[in-house]
Amino acid sequence: MTDVAQLLHSRSFVELSARERAKGLLDAGSFRELLDPFERLMSPWLQAQGIVPQADDGVVIAKGTFDGQPLLVAAIEGVFQGGSMGEVGGAKIAGALELAVEDNRNGIPTAAVLLLETGGVRLQEANLGLAAIAEIQAAIVELRQFRPVIGLVAGAVGCFGGMSIAAGLCSRLIVTREARLGLNGPQVIEQEAGIEEYDSRDRPFIWGLTGGEQRYACGLADAFVADDLQQMRDALRAALAAGEPVQPRSRRHQQMLGLLGGLGENCPQLDAAQTRALYKGVLQ
Amino acid sequence: MESLSFTFPAGAAAKRRALVGCVGSGDLEALLEPGEAGVLTVKVLTSVNGSGPRWEQLFQRLFSGQTWPALSIDIHDFGATPGVVRLRLEQGLEEVNHD
Repeated sequence: MTDVAQLLHSRSFVELSARERAKGLLDAGSFRELLDPFERLMSPWLQAQGIVPQADDGVVIAKGTFDGQPLLVAAIEGVFQGGSMGEVGGAKIAGALELAVEDNRNGIPTAAVLLLETGGVRLQEANLGLAAIAEIQAAIVELRQFRPVIGLVAGAVGCFGGMSIAAGLCSRLIVTREARLGLNGPQVIEQEAGIEEYDSRDRPFIWGLTGGEQRYACGLADAFVADDLQQMRDALRAALAAGEPVQPRSRRHQQMLGLLGGLGENCPQLDAAQTRALYKGVLQ
Repeated sequence: MESLSFTFPAGAAAKRRALVGCVGSGDLEALLEPGEAGVLTVKVLTSVNGSGPRWEQLFQRLFSGQTWPALSIDIHDFGATPGVVRLRLEQGLEEVNHD
């Protein structure tokens, strides 16, 4: 029987804005935003290209506590420019992670959670966005030596491009059914591979291959959570407690390359079930 | 893209600032901050060209119905319809008046 009381009290996480997500995850009343929108630290590049900027450049940086422990939250707003990473937004995340490293060096055990809703680099800011993503990746690797860096992909944008590599570098990755994770987005793959091989409008097909449930089943994500704020907090608590894995996913590249190498040159296209079978036992 | 500014009479300065909305398709972001007593200024940065008269009429109608607190409003618009603009500004008004 459906638990009606629970259903009525459930609060969607996916429907929250980036700022509400950060507030919802942190302990009540502990949310403190760094470089808030009233500082108006906006992209200097968008306006010159005829695009309306956003006051926080689509990135919310918040410090607070989680179960009383210091936590940094970096939340990307997927609704603004597809969550794309530009110079300012990227630097906000990288700088915040570097400050968390400093905290740890000074005896404040700050962990981090990244709310990843992003198509990757902001094409209008090109190399500056890419440089920022590289800084984010370096800062994740540095911080996770002290305290866990948890990635959380809730949806509906998903996490793609250089930021999917950042997701792969996190200590632990949490996904929902709505989430997607992939290096290239569906339209890019369709354009390159052809519509017969990859139809970006075929939603069951796209989610079947890159959706959160599939990524979790393949071992590319560590937790699969329902779209519910309370369950999200529970998953975050579990991920922080589990900490950095003995062998991080990013150090298992030899196994991954072996897996891909084993497919051979003229491999037929695998479906979702075959992909799961392939990964089975490799990453779990 | 177009940059517009407007000034309207207002009451006493607002109590606090507020941020509403997001620069997403069909929506806008408005930053409302306490302004100089008696004056309400609005700056609009919009993706829709030639929309000056529409904003003018919308604000006339919105700000003449009741006395708004003195505010400095910054709008980043991504094609919001007049209905959405009105909803967002009324949401902002609720928030700046809230204790």
